[in-house]
Amino acid sequence: MAALGPRSKPLVPALCRAFADCGRQLTPECAAERRDAAPSRASRFCPPRQSCHDWIGPPDRQSNLRPVQFYVPEDESPLEQRLRELRQETQEWNQEFWANQNSTFMKEKEEFIHSRLKAKGLALRTESGQRATLNAEEMADFYKDFLSKNFQKHMYYNRDWYRRNFAITVFMGRVALHRAWKRLRSGRR
Amino acid sequence: MSTMKRGTGRKWKSSLLPWRLLPMSRNKKCWVGGCVWYLERRAGQESPHKFMRLFRSVNKQWITFQHFNFLKRMYVTQLNRSLHQQVKPKPEPLASSFLEKTSSSQTKAEIYQMRSLSPPSLPLSRKSNEKGLTELGSASIIKSSIEVGNETRDEKQWKEMKLQLENLPGILARLSKIKLTALVVSTTSAGFALAPGPFDLPCFLLTFVGTGLASCAANCINQFFEVPFDSNMNRTKNRPLVRGQISPLLAVSFATCCAVPGVALLTWGVNPLTGALGAFNIFLYTCCYTPLKRISIANTWVGAVVGAIPPVMGWTAATGSLGAGAFLLGGILYSWQFPHFNALSWGLREDYSRGGYCMMSVTHPALCRRVALRHCLALIGLSTAAPLLDITTWTFPIISLPINLYISYLGFRFYTEADRKSSRKLFFCSLWHLPLLLLLLLTCKQDGKGVRGEPRG
Repeated sequence: MAALGPRSKPLVPALCRAFADCGRQLTPECAAERRDAAPSRASRFCPPRQSCHDWIGPPDRQSNLRPVQFYVPEDESPLEQRLRELRQETQEWNQEFWANQNSTFMKEKEEFIHSRLKAKGLALRTESGQRATLNAEEMADFYKDFLSKNFQKHMYYNRDWYRRNFAITVFMGRVALHRAWKRLRSGRR
Repeated sequence: MSTMKRGTGRKWKSSLLPWRLLPMSRNKKCWVGGCVWYLERRAGQESPHKFMRLFRSVNKQWITFQHFNFLKRMYVTQLNRSLHQQVKPKPEPLASSFLEKTSSSQTKAEIYQMRSLSPPSLPLSRKSNEKGLTELGSASIIKSSIEVGNETRDEKQWKEMKLQLENLPGILARLSKIKLTALVVSTTSAGFALAPGPFDLPCFLLTFVGTGLASCAANCINQFFEVPFDSNMNRTKNRPLVRGQISPLLAVSFATCCAVPGVALLTWGVNPLTGALGAFNIFLYTCCYTPLKRISIANTWVGAVVGAIPPVMGWTAATGSLGAGAFLLGGILYSWQFPHFNALSWGLREDYSRGGYCMMSVTHPALCRRVALRHCLALIGLSTAAPLLDITTWTFPIISLPINLYISYLGFRFYTEADRKSSRKLFFCSLWHLPLLLLLLLTCKQDGKGVRGEPRG
């Protein structure tokens, strides 16, 4: 689902699914279904029953993104459901991309440091037992290389992120207007 | 959306120390972190008694244990704040993270001998932990209770996404990057004050407010676009949208509520030229600079133009037209951006690389330093041009020469040494160099010559 290239899952079907009336009903007390979607420690949290808001957790260890547990109101309209699903799906998509990105970065960074230390003829650990390090100037080659290798991947991600962000915000606006209109109508009665 | 509703959920209390949640400069955090480290070190020297207390009662164990864990985490944060890139993979998302290992090793070691906390012993305690795990059978009880403790701590970090009205001013201030906005508005004021003719207070106030609102709007939209990227960078990970303190819809609404009155105020309250410049600057920052950051290093030059426009707006607000002085001031701000930003970006190369930002410091490091030095020298040239254009007296290039030479010297050091130390020196110099230069400009303002054009459209 991550924006890995032109053959990756396009955004349009995802948005279409958000517009179609499908998807599972998520309940505040049921975090089990979410575990496979966002596999992190934070997903085991269940918001208290009396709360009627979304809950946001600490940054995920791998992706640094904060997971959100979405509140499902009893009178959730189809529009609200689609918005929630779109947000959930975007969250999972983001989680996958950044977890992958960060873990690749750490792995390649380690490999780079090991290879440089080997080339220098230095051990991986110093005499005091601490890991040997490279300074920022030596790491600069790695940073440049990593950035250029992932450039295309980031281009696709950027494009998809801007679209999703815009769609979610427009949707939120529609939902807010819809709710305001509903309240106005019930107020008149 | 749900964030706009007032719910019946109970209030969530943070388990973290308040200072950590405040947006602080890095130096302040270092200082406060250093104090915590010092206090923790003192506590560590008295630790044998603490460990006895840990085993006395289960209830008390959680309170001191969590506090202990937190102090440990603060200490480790300070230890990791080093100039070198450590080969240290992120801890596994199970109970056996680095901190838990250290803590469990400490509690286990207590059974055999009293072990005091001291900074160099951290890697050693990791080794002793590996031995301890195999040796102790009863460690499983301690370990499972540690896991429960960790989950409780983790659960406490979940926050309800309910907008509290009392927090709203602070949230909006952070969303609009109020300090940066203040700097932008002060450069606009400098442009207004430097323009020839008598000082028109109502016009000045309208310009001040209009530019401030436009800057707030631009900064909000910038943060709205960059949520996942900001999450992954240390410098920006505590922004309101990242932390879910405000919904994206509310952020965009706030930006619109700032942009529309701001530009309207500038267009109809001041003059259409200033209004057009304000609107153009918002567009340049949000729709050109922000996306360009991830596409090409040209973003730095676009960003420099964004920084140069506010003083030009101040000038046009006062005179109603673009004069030589507007371009000179714009040029000074434009040139200043390079040593400022290039030096800042030098220390952020890892975050930029991981986050996918195209910055000179990562892709073209030599160019980065060369451009910084070039523009430091350009500042000397522009300061000399000021009296030639009748903006200031000849006193100005003379009295500004020391500070311009100093920043050029630091720029040269950065160019040759190319290390974190020289980049930080250059960056911090740029922070006081600009206000001082603008002040000197104002004190050496050439009197009388020009006549102010019609300020109101």
